[in-house]
Amino acid sequence: MSETQTQSFSIDALRAGDRAEFARLVDAYSAPIYRLGLKMLGNPQDAEDVLQNTFLNALTHFADFEGRSSISTWLYRIASNEALMLLRRKKNTVNLDDFQPEDAEETPLPEVFVDWSTMPEDELLSGESKKALDTAVKKLPEALRMVFLLRDIEGISIRDTAEILNLTETNVKTRLLRARMFLREHLSTYYSERLTREEKKDG
Amino acid sequence: MADHLHNNCQDLLGSLSEYIDGELPADLCHEIEKHLEGCENCRVVLNTTKRTIDLVQVPMEEEAVPEDVRERLFKRLQLDSYLHPKG
Ligand SMILES: [Zn+2]
Repeated sequence: MSETQTQSFSIDALRAGDRAEFARLVDAYSAPIYRLGLKMLGNPQDAEDVLQNTFLNALTHFADFEGRSSISTWLYRIASNEALMLLRRKKNTVNLDDFQPEDAEETPLPEVFVDWSTMPEDELLSGESKKALDTAVKKLPEALRMVFLLRDIEGISIRDTAEILNLTETNVKTRLLRARMFLREHLSTYYSERLTREEKKDG
Repeated sequence: MADHLHNNCQDLLGSLSEYIDGELPADLCHEIEKHLEGCENCRVVLNTTKRTIDLVQVPMEEEAVPEDVRERLFKRLQLDSYLHPKG
């Protein structure tokens, strides 16, 4: 993954109020936290709020950090809480299902069986395709989206994702599978329509 | 088209994520691979799911922290004197 994961920080220095060490931490984690905010909230203003609140919160709580989890896990936990709190605050009607998906329910079965996986990269990642991808991610129910972002975008392990979100590993796995299936279905619908369009053009 | 799926397919889909992440024991992988050989639908689902994960991992430019956002963050945290140079 990114270089962030390989950097280490001195907890003692951070607790002691070492500004240089804090600045280094902020620079190392700003990008992933901003990205998480952007993908959860969907706009740069809210992403900036998540970013600022996360580090303000961290700054006042270094003393409580016990070192049982890594500093990265700890920061992501603050960031994901900030993002979820902001989401709740912004919603006029709170849809509880978004936060508590019924994990016991069966994962919906795939319905589109078009193999678009061999389409050339530049077509898969054209401007229009990127937009479709982004829209699909935004359509993910929030609880699934958060798991998906941590695991598949940030490359955090199942175990750490469970720790960050205070979920069991089984819950994380279930939500991850659902998120991936949901995205696959959306992209399959999108790309199969594109393939049909192109065939018509060629034929 | 869900009626084209056998029970085996449903079992496979249940462990698809873990299979992709290489988290399944060898004997289960072997079972899955045997099923995949004879089941086109599952092969398509596997290939397209893998591709989906690849695609979302391609970074998008607009996700980087804009310089003005970084500046405001550093000021808010009273880290003004560490704004330059970056990194
Ligand atoms: Zn099958």
